[in-house]
Amino acid sequence: MTASRLATGGSAIDRSRPIRFSFDGAIVHGFAGDTIASALLAADVAVVGRSFKYHRPRGIWGAGVEEPNALVDIGGSVAATPNTRATTEAARDGLVVKSINATPNALSDRNAFLDRFSRFIPAAFYYKTFMWPDWHMFEPRIRAMAGLGKVDTGWTSPGPADQINHHCDVLVVGAGPAGLAAARLASGAGLTVTLVDDQPKPGGSLGHRTSEIDGKPAALWVEETVAELAQAGHLILPSTTAFGIYDHNLVGLNQRHRDGRPDTLWRVRPRQIVLATGAIERPLPFANNDLPGIMSADAALAYLRRHAVLVGQRIVVATNNDSGYEVAEALAEAGAEVTLVDIRRDGAPTAPANVRLIAGRSLAAADGSLRVQAVTLDDGTRLDADCVLVSGGWSPTIHLFGQARGKLAWSEARAAFLPGDPVDGIAVAGAAAGAVSLSEVFAGVGTAIASLGQTTTAVPRSTGPEATGGILAAWPMPGSKGRIWIDYQNDVTVKDVELAARENFVSVEHLKRYTTLGMATDQGKTSNLPGLALMAAITGRTVPEVGTTTYRPPFTPVPLASFAGARGAELMAPVRRLPLESVHRASGAVFQEYGGWLRPAHYGGNADAERSIADEARRARQSVALFDGSTLGKIEVIGPNAAEFVDFIYYNTMSTLKPGRCRYGFMLSENGVVFDDGVLVRLDEHRFVVSCSSSHVAAVHARLEEWRQDRFGRGAVYIHNATAEMATLTVSGPNARKLLETLDLGLSLDDADLPHMAVSHGSYAGDEVRIARVSFTGDRSYEISIRADRAEPLWAHLRHAGRAFDAVVIGLEALMILRAEKGFIVIGKDTDGTTLPQDLGVEGPRTKRQGEFVGRRSLFTDEASRGDRLQLVGLTVPQGEAPLPTGAHGVRRSDGRLRSQGFVTSSYQSPTLGRAVALGLIERGAARHGETIDIQHLGKIRTATIAPPCAFDPAGDRLHA
Amino acid sequence: MQLFPCPFCGPRDETEFHYGGDAGNARPDGVDVPIERWADYLYLRTNPKGTAREIWVHMNCGEFFVMERDTVTHKVLSSTALGGEHAA
Repeated sequence: MTASRLATGGSAIDRSRPIRFSFDGAIVHGFAGDTIASALLAADVAVVGRSFKYHRPRGIWGAGVEEPNALVDIGGSVAATPNTRATTEAARDGLVVKSINATPNALSDRNAFLDRFSRFIPAAFYYKTFMWPDWHMFEPRIRAMAGLGKVDTGWTSPGPADQINHHCDVLVVGAGPAGLAAARLASGAGLTVTLVDDQPKPGGSLGHRTSEIDGKPAALWVEETVAELAQAGHLILPSTTAFGIYDHNLVGLNQRHRDGRPDTLWRVRPRQIVLATGAIERPLPFANNDLPGIMSADAALAYLRRHAVLVGQRIVVATNNDSGYEVAEALAEAGAEVTLVDIRRDGAPTAPANVRLIAGRSLAAADGSLRVQAVTLDDGTRLDADCVLVSGGWSPTIHLFGQARGKLAWSEARAAFLPGDPVDGIAVAGAAAGAVSLSEVFAGVGTAIASLGQTTTAVPRSTGPEATGGILAAWPMPGSKGRIWIDYQNDVTVKDVELAARENFVSVEHLKRYTTLGMATDQGKTSNLPGLALMAAITGRTVPEVGTTTYRPPFTPVPLASFAGARGAELMAPVRRLPLESVHRASGAVFQEYGGWLRPAHYGGNADAERSIADEARRARQSVALFDGSTLGKIEVIGPNAAEFVDFIYYNTMSTLKPGRCRYGFMLSENGVVFDDGVLVRLDEHRFVVSCSSSHVAAVHARLEEWRQDRFGRGAVYIHNATAEMATLTVSGPNARKLLETLDLGLSLDDADLPHMAVSHGSYAGDEVRIARVSFTGDRSYEISIRADRAEPLWAHLRHAGRAFDAVVIGLEALMILRAEKGFIVIGKDTDGTTLPQDLGVEGPRTKRQGEFVGRRSLFTDEASRGDRLQLVGLTVPQGEAPLPTGAHGVRRSDGRLRSQGFVTSSYQSPTLGRAVALGLIERGAARHGETIDIQHLGKIRTATIAPPCAFDPAGDRLHA
Repeated sequence: MQLFPCPFCGPRDETEFHYGGDAGNARPDGVDVPIERWADYLYLRTNPKGTAREIWVHMNCGEFFVMERDTVTHKVLSSTALGGEHAA
């Protein structure tokens, strides 16, 4: 045994609540309050995973979000999650924890042989080597050998993640000494504060570093400050990571829960932000610095004080700054034999009690196989060690500041990038701003709060002993002996960076992509700065000349479930529903989505859908059909300028329409393309109803509003979208009028009073109904519109009365057949983004209209006047042949190659005609009726005859029959 | 996510808005408009680096308005109702 749990102590753990979980199949015991990492350390598990590329054994490095090595897949008593950091994931009873990238397990990995070939597989090896014949041939096997955790393909969501929008005066990120002090000062200034911290308990470094604030032990000061903030009603969110700052200082938070609930996503809009995000300890460069048992010195102190875990018995602490000293002292006091190796010869503090200090020396190499066994110093001295703790200095956590486009400033004295010029509404304080001692931290907090325009009172004071020494930078150097790791998670060594420089990938962004330095899930929290410092040394530049890569969200991985929230399944893209949906379902309707609406496709259940549809289409022509057309647009245009307005909106002249009449027309886009078609109803002099396509209601409404507001003015036209207010029930067929006559609708159905393309008003059961003689089937049709909530009795009445006429209820599929038989188009199906009105055979307004209308000028371009434009036609095939495939191209052979001359847009088997009918857009089609054309589909060519679009009742007699 | 000030509803999330084009892109009427001028109106945008005047619509209230903003810093400089009669 080397690492062990001490008999007493541990501020985070509750020894009265033991827990057990499994790691790679072995049982691990721990206590409530342990992380997976602290429990594994207490159980002396040294190897927790294998490295990404070389399958090197890896142990726990840190105690927080920066962890590059200890990624594990978890499952069992919690939702399966791959690649979680063992250092931040709570240990729980019943967890099943598995190491990653290791087969069968971390301790004995059958791919470990790869490490022996490491000199042959440097950065970019794969891309240089597996080029022929095709990288994709090799990719699956290589990806299987390199990689991280495994996704549980059987994963199911435990429920939608909550998403919360939140506003406050000041958001403080980080609840260490700086964050707590800032929150208290902001509270004192009368501001509402939200304080977030990624740890389960506030306090940050005060949780394991010894200090004294305002004369009190730090732990007591933390407790009092938190209580004071809670008392004042401020929101404190533990276990919550601020992962991103977005435009206008929107901050994204991901909150973890201990009870198994999915994480909660917070979108916070603070007026001001204080970033007190602390700093991350860097490794030191020496050969084999990735061996298990080599850890961050600060992490070892955290495990000791928080979890009562002593990480080794014979410990070497290597440092280039003061922070290793307290670690060495504490570990010696806990019973370990500690040697402190300080790079600094001058200015180092005195050796702590019971610690052997070697000043002016650095580590050259570590030895060991599955864990560190000894280190060699730069003078050749060999020291036995079962644990090596390193502190290579501190990198301020300035990720969020960088995301907010804050510029960084290099500090040679601190050997770190610090926040540079201030960003509006953001202050940085504490170790994140480069402060080392607690006095510096608090002084900085005072300045930060003042920079936000707030007056500060009673800034806390550090009253304990403090670090005084500086840092002697220890960057990786070119030409070093052995394999020195820079990026643990992506297996990037000094030699890889040297290779990148030799191949001229010297820009920091190229360095990153060529070597994958900093591209792992830890995003280079421990590796970026050493890597670019090395590149600076190789290329003879300074660190700021090399610069940093761009900081982007998220700071730590955020579950996709958090971003998705409730937007899954039906809520991903909510459908619009008919008022009579449940009635249709009861009648055996099969629903499908059409342009955002959930509508009956056909009736008669799922069995033999094709036959149901054909039956509906056939019977609709025989007697009478009932159809729910409630989705049809009903946008009212009202006001003294309404007639002038619709003239401008439509391609066709509409102002000449008489009240009580309807007219079919096109709406164009400004580029002349047909945007929508439909019937315009004139109810009275100053009131129209735009009956646009079902799927276009929102878009048409938006266009009408735009022209109203940006051309006509709000004063004399008013637009109201009444689509959802009314249901529209359509009665169509030779017996439509007879069926309606059995209902008492309080109006004359005589053709003299209500001819085709007229509108009239009546009532049903006390509610007004609007009846329009408009037909999309080619048969005599009546569209009856009634208040949506009163439609059900009318529908029931129509169906009941319909029995006497052998009425059929039809779905949208049958309607599509009926309209195709008639050559009636559906915009977007029988037209595309180039179709002009003249292509559809409606030339009149273009040549005759005088007034201005949307898209007019575009109808007179060279393109619009081309002779070979695609035009709407019907396509017929010999009796007995199957319908043409929709989308098949009309082709012509030219220079030995097939050239498209248009395509099939709609195609159906017509049960009434007993043959296939089709519509298409074909080059010069209008002038080619009677010609045959080759239609090509999936390599096969059939012949069709070009015909007028209308295949059924071309004279239109049935409208009046 | 940006915050846009609707002149009618106040500051709201950008997801509630749709872009309506460059402000001042006046429509030339008539069939005699030179084709270059018409193409300019239809397709050519200034795409300025820095201050831009744009038409936006707040989908929730349906009102179009002019917004001035900086395309580099994303700072919103002003927002004005069309016609000015409802300017907040």
